[in-house]
Amino acid sequence: MALKTDSNVYTVVFAAVMVVVVGSILAFLASFLSPNIKENERFEKQQNILYAMGVNENGDDTGSVNFIPTDVVEDEFASYIKEQLVIQGDKITEDNEAYLIDLKKQLAAMKKGEDYKLPVFIGEKDGDKFYIVPMYGKGLWDAIWGFIALDDSMTVQGVYFDHKGETPGLGANIKMRYFMDDFKGETILDGTKYAGISVAKGNNDPLNKTKDDNEVDALAGATITGNGVTAMISETVKLYKPYLETIRAK
Amino acid sequence: MALLSKKDTNLITDPLADNNPITIQVLGICSALAITAELKASLVMAVSVMFVLGAGNVVISLMRNIIPSKIRIIVQLIVVATLVIIVDQVLKAFAYELSKTLAVFVGLIITNCIIMGRFEAFALANGPWRSFLDGIGNSLGYGVILIIVGFFRELLGSGTLFGIPVLGDPIEKTGLYATGYENNGFMIIPPAALIVVGIIIWVQRSRNPALVEEN
Repeated sequence: MALKTDSNVYTVVFAAVMVVVVGSILAFLASFLSPNIKENERFEKQQNILYAMGVNENGDDTGSVNFIPTDVVEDEFASYIKEQLVIQGDKITEDNEAYLIDLKKQLAAMKKGEDYKLPVFIGEKDGDKFYIVPMYGKGLWDAIWGFIALDDSMTVQGVYFDHKGETPGLGANIKMRYFMDDFKGETILDGTKYAGISVAKGNNDPLNKTKDDNEVDALAGATITGNGVTAMISETVKLYKPYLETIRAK
Repeated sequence: MALLSKKDTNLITDPLADNNPITIQVLGICSALAITAELKASLVMAVSVMFVLGAGNVVISLMRNIIPSKIRIIVQLIVVATLVIIVDQVLKAFAYELSKTLAVFVGLIITNCIIMGRFEAFALANGPWRSFLDGIGNSLGYGVILIIVGFFRELLGSGTLFGIPVLGDPIEKTGLYATGYENNGFMIIPPAALIVVGIIIWVQRSRNPALVEEN
């Protein structure tokens, strides 16, 4: 029997069958793979948090970003991160799964005027204390996020940036070491004001030798992504200011 | 070649030169502009497109007699999207690092007009084996141009290849930079890709005048 592929009935039936088949394949695949994917995402968050506080396998060269391997990351995370706090209004509670809090959802809740939670991670390495806060913002095409590690004088000890869909070779370079390393030693304070750190074009400091100017050198060809990073840091600083004040007062 | 007949071999070799998808058919220009600022991204994109186009062409070719012509574009789109999502999910579960690198390309692959173009122009009218060869051939032709463009843009724009500095250090002024050479910042923004592609088209047509259209 020759198929009458032009008839309306056939077209509608074909479309319906195709949707059901493709839908089932994808649904089955998603539920089958989701435990693995969830685990990978958990490891990644732990790796990122540890990376920001300088617990990573980076060599002395300024080449690639090297995380703690996934098979040991859970133990390392437990040993370096001493406290995981959740800030909810004026209340600060401890929560060992604070690192799983999705900042994107919390920020959305905040915008709607609902209650929201802000996680803070307190890490300790070689006797130094690190206060690591998550960041979330938008770049040129899609979301950007990261972690920033501060000490009690509000000097940046390390950052980690990541992005969903910035342009390869341009905005995507925010996750390159030469960009992230520039933030180390910068302060988020301008006098006593919480100023954040700007990704600045033409600050005449490509080697980033001036550490107290609240500026790092921008990436060429990635103006909007850079502005996104600037905005993300300043939003985060504003959000966490009440908590950061309590650390600084100590 | 014993494995492939002359006609089949042409399916692979034609798109590499005289029927190149980018320079002759002018397909896939958008991604050629977007991701060729560095060589590594070009290579990753070329390999991803090869996989999706090879597999997609086979699937479409197998379905070619049952696809209703009224909704064939939607069907093609669904096939590409499904393939890409499957690959993305499997990589996320078993090769997470790699999936992070590829995440940016997923959207670009689905919307790559070479893929829809080959489905429409070839796979709908040919058998699976020939469609597969056509897919591989066209993605090779696409990849070659991407890699050439990526090579020049990364070399002239950033002074690196695959992220490795090959011309010296632009800030410390070593290597070629000691002579006063500067990176050309224009090369890393998208219009530069258009110019490089233009030069490739020019070179190709002056070597083979048969490609020049009559007015």
